[in-house]
Amino acid sequence: MSSRRSRSRQSGSSGISDDQISELVNKLQQLIPELRRRRSSDKGSASKVLQETCNYIRNLQREVDDLSERLSQLLDSTESDSAQAAIIRSLLM
Amino acid sequence: MASMSFNFEENVDRSRELKRRKRRKIETVNQDRAKNNQIRWRSIAEQQTYSSKLVEALRHVRQTSAASNVSSRSRAIRETADKVLAISARGRTKWSRAILTNRLKLRLKNHKKANAKPRMASPGNRRSNNPPNGVQKKRLPALERRTRVLRRLVPGSRKLSLPNLLEEATDYISALEMQVRAMASVAEHLTGASNLAESSNRLGMSLEHTPQR
Repeated sequence: MSSRRSRSRQSGSSGISDDQISELVNKLQQLIPELRRRRSSDKGSASKVLQETCNYIRNLQREVDDLSERLSQLLDSTESDSAQAAIIRSLLM
Repeated sequence: MASMSFNFEENVDRSRELKRRKRRKIETVNQDRAKNNQIRWRSIAEQQTYSSKLVEALRHVRQTSAASNVSSRSRAIRETADKVLAISARGRTKWSRAILTNRLKLRLKNHKKANAKPRMASPGNRRSNNPPNGVQKKRLPALERRTRVLRRLVPGSRKLSLPNLLEEATDYISALEMQVRAMASVAEHLTGASNLAESSNRLGMSLEHTPQR
């Protein structure tokens, strides 16, 4: 009895219900466009979903890097003009 | 007596059952909250709020930064964008809190480093394909490997349980998608604004007398 209790507390991921995990994995699957497209075959393998998730996050972070670079170039070429600042403000709000 | 020990077992089971039920209730509450958060990240309002906060922060960074080369300027922008994104999460998620606390820790560390001797990079931090000693590389189960990679990507998730990690990852993904949309749209507007300013300068028009809306 006590060993069972301590085991479930220590076994980390396997101690938590598998349903819960597969549910979350499904939710993750919905989010990743790569996996959404291949709806026909059941890409339900958790390992595959995790792999695609990591790839997707890496891609998103790389996009943010590229956009940061683009923004830095744009901000440099844009003079800190009050008029231009007004344009930007009016376009954004 | 035998009956007392029997009751003890029952009570333990009952309290465990109650805890289980309470945990499940908390889980459904968390799931609803997670769904609401996802809806929020997808909303236009959130994106506009983020965009305007980002522009303000960028303007502030430009005034205060002395960065001379392109890469450190774009890194400063990236960090600002991440910081504003983390703030937009309003402390609801671990990854957002981790971004903000890590920023603080890094700044303190750099401050200390500037005053201290330079340290050698510790070998424990180096991620290499070859194991340091002659031990054979143990082939972890695929799930654990991928989970570890995910933990590296999602800020602050190293010690989270697997379900929490997946929750954080889904929220982080929605937030990143919004960040990409917002930054792309800001870049578009800046491109349009600079084109507009350029062409109107060329035409000799001054924009400062444009009546405000």
